[in-house]
Amino acid sequence: MQIPFTVAPRPDTGVNNAKLGVWLFLASEVMLFGGLFSAYIFLRIGAPEWPGMVGGHAYERASDILNVPLATLNTMVLIGSSVTMVMSWASLAMQRFDRYRLYMGATIALGFVFLVVKAFEYGEKFSHGYLPAENNFLAIYFVLTGLHGLHVIGGILVNMYFMWPGARMWKTDPKRFTNRIEIAGLYWHFVDLVWIFLFPTIYLL
Amino acid sequence: MSLKAFHIVFIAASALLSLGFGAWALADGGALSIAAAAVAFALAAALAFYGRRFLKKVARTGYIAGGRL
Repeated sequence: MQIPFTVAPRPDTGVNNAKLGVWLFLASEVMLFGGLFSAYIFLRIGAPEWPGMVGGHAYERASDILNVPLATLNTMVLIGSSVTMVMSWASLAMQRFDRYRLYMGATIALGFVFLVVKAFEYGEKFSHGYLPAENNFLAIYFVLTGLHGLHVIGGILVNMYFMWPGARMWKTDPKRFTNRIEIAGLYWHFVDLVWIFLFPTIYLL
Repeated sequence: MSLKAFHIVFIAASALLSLGFGAWALADGGALSIAAAAVAFALAAALAFYGRRFLKKVARTGYIAGGRL
């Protein structure tokens, strides 16, 4: 039996079921990250000093503890990955499967670059003994960036599925496969957009 | 919202972030920070240019124009 409205828009919602489903999921993600951003704001408002005492030293700016150049590099990596993600979808829309493979491969590679840079950044903190238990600033930093990192891992896994085993659908149902890449692209853009808010909030302000 | 519309929103947010980062680096002072600010402003301009080009392509190209923005 064919599942209805996987590609064609439903008359009542105006979008296909896959798109409606991913937006409902992303709405729940907005609430998850929104709650943590609220926690960050309230912790910061209530703190006499921010980031405060870390490793026996009083810091006045987050950028004195965190590695801003590395985070800036990661920001550019994610912006680049969004461009390659949208290009992979556009390639399928233009019936260019070879190009799709190229752009999707680049998206996956950039996702891994982000994670490697993040791991290096975490390693730097751990080597100095800067752990989540140290103070509220480091606790919310590790929770927010760690949760975001998990989302990046999830996105990489989905993209890898569509790069290899899931790509078989291109031969049997290309329209549906193209739609699946658009849905994966929406999730990837959301994860990147979260970082666009996280970076200035945690590292710069 | 489609991927193409979300992409435009994302690029606009990224350009605004680049401008904000540039202002933050300028306020920081120092030669390295001023160089970082220059790179950030250049990136903001590049993103604005790319976003405009993408938007034009969205309007012009059939495959992208098909469906809702």
